[in-house]
Amino acid sequence: MSEERNSKAPKGFGSGGPMGSLGKPVEKAKNFKGTLLRLLGYLKPQRTRFITVFVFAILSTVFSILGPKIMGRAVTKIAEEVGAKMTALKLQQPLPTLDFTYIGELVLVLLGLYLFSAACSYLQQYIMAGVAQKTVYNMRQEVDEKLARLPLKFFDANAHGEILSRVTNDFDNISTTLQQSLTQLVTSVVTIIGVVVMMLSISPLLTFIVALTLPLYVVVTTSIANRSQKYFATQQKALGELNGHVEEMYTGHKVVKAFGREDKAIDIFNSINNDLYAAGFKAQFISGIIMPLMRFVGNLGAVIISVVGALFAIRGIITIGDILAFIQYSGQFTMPIVQTANIVNVIQSTVASAERVFELLDEGQETPDRADAKVIAFPKGEVRFENVDFSYNEEQPLITAMNIDVKQGQTIAIVGPTGAGKTTLVNLLMRFYEINAGNITIDGVDIRDIKRGALRSMFGMVLQDTWLFNGTIMDNIAYGREGATDEEVMCAARAAHAHHFIKTLPEGYNTIINEEASNISQGQKQLLTIARAILADPAILILDEATSSVDSRTEVYIQKAMKDLMQGRTSFVIAHRLSTIREAELILVMNKGSVVEMGSHSELLAQNGFYADLYNNQFIGAQLYDEVV
Amino acid sequence: MWKLSRFLKQYSAYIVIIILLLFMQVMADLYLPTLMADLVDNGLANKDVGYILTIGSLMLLIAAGGTLCALIATYLSSKTAAGLGKILRAKIFAKVEGFSLHEFDKLGTATLITRTTNDVTQIQQVAVLIFSMMITAPLTCIGGIIMALQQDQGLAWVLVVAIPMLVVVIGVTLKRGLPLFKVMQEKIDKLNLVLREKLTGIRVIRAFNRIEKERVRFDTANADLMGNAVKVNIIMAVLMPAMMLIMNLTTVALVWFGAIRIEGGMMQIGSLIAFIQYATQILFSLLMLVMLFIMIPRAQVSAVRINEVLETALDISDPEEAKSAGGKSGFVEFKEVSFRYPGAEQPTLSNITFSAKPGEVTAIIGGTGSGKSTLINLIIRFYDVESGSVLVDGVDVREMSQKELRGKIGFVPQKTALFSGTIAENIKYGKEEATRAEVEYAAQVAQATEFVLEKETGFDYLIAQGGANVSGGQKQRLSIARALIRKAEIYIFDDSFSALDFKTDAKLRAALKREIAAATVFIITQTVSTIRDADRIIVLDEGRITGIGTHKELMIACKVYREIVASQLSEEETG
Repeated sequence: MSEERNSKAPKGFGSGGPMGSLGKPVEKAKNFKGTLLRLLGYLKPQRTRFITVFVFAILSTVFSILGPKIMGRAVTKIAEEVGAKMTALKLQQPLPTLDFTYIGELVLVLLGLYLFSAACSYLQQYIMAGVAQKTVYNMRQEVDEKLARLPLKFFDANAHGEILSRVTNDFDNISTTLQQSLTQLVTSVVTIIGVVVMMLSISPLLTFIVALTLPLYVVVTTSIANRSQKYFATQQKALGELNGHVEEMYTGHKVVKAFGREDKAIDIFNSINNDLYAAGFKAQFISGIIMPLMRFVGNLGAVIISVVGALFAIRGIITIGDILAFIQYSGQFTMPIVQTANIVNVIQSTVASAERVFELLDEGQETPDRADAKVIAFPKGEVRFENVDFSYNEEQPLITAMNIDVKQGQTIAIVGPTGAGKTTLVNLLMRFYEINAGNITIDGVDIRDIKRGALRSMFGMVLQDTWLFNGTIMDNIAYGREGATDEEVMCAARAAHAHHFIKTLPEGYNTIINEEASNISQGQKQLLTIARAILADPAILILDEATSSVDSRTEVYIQKAMKDLMQGRTSFVIAHRLSTIREAELILVMNKGSVVEMGSHSELLAQNGFYADLYNNQFIGAQLYDEVV
Repeated sequence: MWKLSRFLKQYSAYIVIIILLLFMQVMADLYLPTLMADLVDNGLANKDVGYILTIGSLMLLIAAGGTLCALIATYLSSKTAAGLGKILRAKIFAKVEGFSLHEFDKLGTATLITRTTNDVTQIQQVAVLIFSMMITAPLTCIGGIIMALQQDQGLAWVLVVAIPMLVVVIGVTLKRGLPLFKVMQEKIDKLNLVLREKLTGIRVIRAFNRIEKERVRFDTANADLMGNAVKVNIIMAVLMPAMMLIMNLTTVALVWFGAIRIEGGMMQIGSLIAFIQYATQILFSLLMLVMLFIMIPRAQVSAVRINEVLETALDISDPEEAKSAGGKSGFVEFKEVSFRYPGAEQPTLSNITFSAKPGEVTAIIGGTGSGKSTLINLIIRFYDVESGSVLVDGVDVREMSQKELRGKIGFVPQKTALFSGTIAENIKYGKEEATRAEVEYAAQVAQATEFVLEKETGFDYLIAQGGANVSGGQKQRLSIARALIRKAEIYIFDDSFSALDFKTDAKLRAALKREIAAATVFIITQTVSTIRDADRIIVLDEGRITGIGTHKELMIACKVYREIVASQLSEEETG
């Protein structure tokens, strides 16, 4: 069911019908020309096939347009013979017979034309299938490779849903346009021109009369488009409100139920639903009447042609076959006009889609690993910070001139209020973010000289949030080491005291952790990440002791498991336990992202600063509590 | 999908009128070629200008009438489709509001949202199509055949050949194409899934150095999708050219064989022209049906998902005759309660027995997954027990109405959920008719007043969706105020103080103690120090009670409890 998320962006009603996008608000690209050219650039490698497609499209259209005129000739011939027959009958002359050889020839020509046209049309679509899909495949691939090179900064700053929608909805848009709309545009334009030429060749006067209906088409389309845009906007607004309410009520389902507020929620829903109905109905109606009105204009044209044509025919200005051809041509007129109007919108929104994709492709990326980047084969885990400066944005320097020197197997406790900046530490050590000045070394090697992959695999991470993905528990733990067997995973789970709770889950190790990982508790998540770290067996650890949602019993397990894990490894611990802090070789006191104090427990207490305050509040608070109550 | 049509009952009259109107519209469209044949054969042949003009104006009139019918039909069908959407949305939402936590979690929040909104939109769109094409296409097809036969039966065999040919071409293509369309959706979903995981797990992927593996995964899914898309499009590429070819060849055949019949004096030229137009209309109507065949399976998926929601049997519903608690208030009793999540190998709770009465504080402590939250969820009847019974005020919760039961309870959940609206509205969520004074008092007890008054608009400060603009600790305090304002008989705090700093925590507990002294209180907590003077501490371990009693009693009798205490309190305190 995870696939549904991306489609959450409301797409609005009525996009299904043939008249779908007409009259709906269209998204416009900021730089239409540039983006369009760039998009066309992607088609360049397939230029020849593309041109072939267009040639076939044009041929197919031209041949099918010739049809009615030739057929008209046949009909005229028949009519003439009939007329001749009647005259002959009146004059008591021998009856002339219909010239079947002539008609036969025309029929054969028609057969040839139509067969050829169909073949061209098939070939055009056949080739286009490959061209369009291959192009989109390449673009998607390019985006994926780009995502792998983008710095973490990008992912932190952009909503996942938004990035996802670029790769799915926007590509869907581009793919459909390439597959259908482009050739449709070509055939529509060719049809319109061809039809006009054919009509002119039959009768300029009748063409002129038919042309009089053209303004009607324009009036109908534009006036309806204007109105429907307004209604679609209202509808979109109501839909947004409805989505918001539904989202809120569903995420707060437990509270709604506990407070018995289901009825109230339904009342509000119904009121928004009514607004949506009113707006949706109008939008639907307005866009729905375009087709009948167009058909009416078409019929109007046909009737005028019939009457005027008949009057002309009486005077012998035009033949009956020509009238038939004319009616057929004027019938072929409507669709292309509507389609072209439609396609202009489609292309606009496609270019807007392409622009979003290109924006993604143009994001600044991580500097690639140096060619001579190293791999530390047997890391000891000695970490040094030398004059490190770092900030997320220029206005707020977080860390300035920081120096620390960590020996193999030491423990560094990071202490501070929640949100103090543990992510920052991870970001720097693992080189998710680049430091502004100074350098960080591991075993004496600057981390910028180490291959990113090798650098990161030296670390083991036991943090709380977002570290699990949508998949089975087995897969999640096995992520720690490629090629781990089920037995090894279970062994690691036992060592992390996670085995029991896993067994109580509906599917055991095959339980799928859902999208929000809401089907297991915080403490359970932490146990899983410990199991994963145990399996990975890293040289340096980054641990989070956070206990806020973990109960004491689990806490005991976690503590034991962590202690085992830390044995002989350099560990950075986001510490919450007094014992850890006391035993740590170095304490980094962080507040609001920056390191405010640094030293051992006794040194820091002696300073009587932020740490001392914090210590007194948080760790000997339990006794204080009894005094207050 | 047709199952959903039961919701159209109130629109039956509209639907009948729509069908009638569309029938008239189709008839009008079909009558035009006949009139034209008349115009050619009688008017043109006799050079009768007056006749031509009469027929001409008649044609205009009929075209206008047809259009009018179509417009009214569109009006009604828009109303019906939008109405269907409205009804479906309302039904789904009301149904989901009635879901127990189990049903809710089984489907998941994200998909339920989609089902309430997007899926209904899909259905609504298809309904519009059905009300136009699905009705006009068969009418045009049948009407066209009748009219064509009226013009000339001798040419009918051309149609007898052409229609089956078209049907076969469409049938074969769709039979091969439609399954691929379905697969297409699966492939897109697969690609989305891979990508989503890449995004949410970006740190994990980079930390564990799995970039290459993920790239291959994406490439596979991408290539797979492309392969399928090419296949679908190649198959569909046959459809249009083949259909156009059949249509054009039919016309050519009609001219040739029509010529023979005219030569034989069995047919007039106007009839031939009309016949050709009918043939085109008939074949076009078949083409429209094809479009429907492509649209409907897509809506089918949505319909299935909607039906799944609507047909979910509620496992928690009010009894036919609800028992009332009578005079008692605040008594909670568990009698040999066992509970297992559906499909779980091991029970989450087994054989839980205890009772609590007003004025008592019951604390529940235990390991992750030991069943603490589950236990209190049973009191609120978010789930029903597997065996045993939970009694509130002497009545089994299954025999009480959910409204009455929950009316007795002030619940503060572990995961705080606030709603968009003012702070006052959020607190009043606990008691709709509460006065401003009551709101302020509840906030006071919950230690929220200070930060509320710091906001520029105080109690009228607007909370954003999901409470995004207040801190975790502030959310918890508002959530507590929301429960307190109910003046409930039973209070349940599910780890509700975790985000508070120490001083606030202590003040809040002191204020609470006075405020809810007379109520029955349940507290789930992690910190032993805060529950040491509870009347009863229940120690849960793997779903069983391993100890029950006061702090002192448990320190002597319960090993698990001693372990927990040891892990938390400094040495001097344990002694």
